[in-house]
Amino acid sequence: MALDLSRFQASGLETCFHDRHIGAQIYAGLSGKNWRLADYQARGGYQALRKVLGIDGGEPMTPEQVIAEVKGSGLRGRGGAGFPTGLKWSFMPRAFPGQKYLVCNSDEGEPGTCKDRDILQFNPHIVIEGMAIAAYAMGISVGYNYIHGEIFGTYERFEAALEEARAAGLLGNKILGSNFSFQLHAFHGFGAYICGEETSLLESLEGKKGQPRFKPPFPASFGLYGKPTTINNTETFAAVPWIIRNGGQAYLDCGKPNNGGTKIFSMVGDVERPGNYEIPMGTPFSKLLELAGGVKGGKKLKAVIPGGSSAPVLPAHTMMDCTMDYDSIAKAGSMLGSGAVIVMDDTRCMVNSLLRLSYFYMHESCGQCTPCREGTGWLWRVVNRIEHGEGRADDLTLLDNVAENIMGRTICALGDAAAMPVRGMLKHFRDEFAYHVEHKTCMVGGGAHKHAHAHATATA
Amino acid sequence: MSLSESTKARTPTLGAATLERFSKEVAKFPAEQKQSAVMACLTIVQQEQGWVSTEAEAEVAAYLGMAPIAVHEVTTFYNMYNQQPVGKYKLNVCTNLPCQLRNGQTALEHLCSKLGVEDGGTTADGLFTVAKCECLGACADAPVMLLNDRQMLSFMQPDKLDELVAMIRADEGKAA
Repeated sequence: MALDLSRFQASGLETCFHDRHIGAQIYAGLSGKNWRLADYQARGGYQALRKVLGIDGGEPMTPEQVIAEVKGSGLRGRGGAGFPTGLKWSFMPRAFPGQKYLVCNSDEGEPGTCKDRDILQFNPHIVIEGMAIAAYAMGISVGYNYIHGEIFGTYERFEAALEEARAAGLLGNKILGSNFSFQLHAFHGFGAYICGEETSLLESLEGKKGQPRFKPPFPASFGLYGKPTTINNTETFAAVPWIIRNGGQAYLDCGKPNNGGTKIFSMVGDVERPGNYEIPMGTPFSKLLELAGGVKGGKKLKAVIPGGSSAPVLPAHTMMDCTMDYDSIAKAGSMLGSGAVIVMDDTRCMVNSLLRLSYFYMHESCGQCTPCREGTGWLWRVVNRIEHGEGRADDLTLLDNVAENIMGRTICALGDAAAMPVRGMLKHFRDEFAYHVEHKTCMVGGGAHKHAHAHATATA
Repeated sequence: MSLSESTKARTPTLGAATLERFSKEVAKFPAEQKQSAVMACLTIVQQEQGWVSTEAEAEVAAYLGMAPIAVHEVTTFYNMYNQQPVGKYKLNVCTNLPCQLRNGQTALEHLCSKLGVEDGGTTADGLFTVAKCECLGACADAPVMLLNDRQMLSFMQPDKLDELVAMIRADEGKAA
């Protein structure tokens, strides 16, 4: 194809290379042109790996020391669950005689989230270095980075970075002359949200349909090809080099207790400056909103979905009291999730918003578990008829009931992910749904908005 | 013609260059786990042929030592594989909530009406297929779309969509 598409391609200026990060570690110093190995090394890249391996004099760190440092950092999984990373690493059977695997989950498809794309696109070596250190700590010799198929250019970028690292002796056999060997490969998905779920991702890596596995056994004992496997998110691995260079305590001090370090938030929806913002854990939401230029068009904040589309929505007043960390958002009744912050202004109809999310979960349910396969469609049908003025008096109770009967009754968390937005919406915006049922129309936006409803859902 | 005759009559559609690309993917995995390369191989097939036919699935299956139905399961499970021929330019517009809040739905409707197709449809000249899709993972660049599975296009407001369509048509030697 001879087309020059450059004018339609994002430069990263809006999402990544602005000056509105606070204390950036992962995005620090990036320009879009400095993703190559030499640039990364000029930023201090691969010093952490050298330190771990004792390349520049000094004793090599033991795997136990590396894990202890990560445990002390308070780093928690950046993919959504927030599980302590050091603890997860300590689960890997150290003495296991056979092959073990390390997997990076870059299948970033949680609606609202676009942080890992910018890490892999503009700073790929930070992920390679973090994975190499993790592999050393857990005695792993082979790893895969599973990258969202929709960001194919980023997958190719990561492949190019791998080639550079191999040529420089930073990956492969006897890395930098040490006795540590680690082979790392890139893998791409091809359009399945479910593959962000770790056991589904493993099935997909094995060349199958991405249908989740029962847990237990957990991947640490039965993972890729049935071998012990550790899976972490891209941003989690990207945090590791800084921790090794500066110490776990310093990382913890960047954030707040139990919520160490910086975190990248994808500010999307109704904000003036959508983009990724790397800020210390525990930063007030009001500050983050300010960094993103406030609500678009000076409108009033109505609601925020604080952790990707699966997180329960929170009303403006609750959100404005939150700090951006796992514990504060959980206490408010939602979750920090992947760090995607979907902002909605006061002209937004919650019925219409939920309808689009419910369609998504119906579309992406893998079909394995009955409560999810049938329940997600049921939720969508009920929300759809409410949206179209055909809601029935007991529909809100029905939605409560269906959501409750999906929650906790499926193999993986997609069922919960479909149910939680419904429960959150009904908890905080029940009046709006009730108004739709009773008056067969929307309480926000007026007539033009009603028309938009019909239009938006006709194609759904 | 019997089934076996029709099978014999098929000629392979995958050339040496394609198989060379396959082998690079297979090399990433343990020798007994060639199946892990199936998604990459099907993606290569789609890039070269525009879609994944049953014949191509059978050839990928033979190459990887898989049952054809196991390959077909993969083609049908993952959203981005084209199970039938599509337009020369496949345009997937994200309409998920974060994009919807920034005119993703408007972008889809604009494109459909401009090209005179329904969501999921292909233009009569076979040039364009337009379909909505789920989250592309580029939400801060909304509205976003994907061109032929590989090119992410950002901030695609109606004027940019018009520009894109005009550019493609000009490149194809057709009037805008």
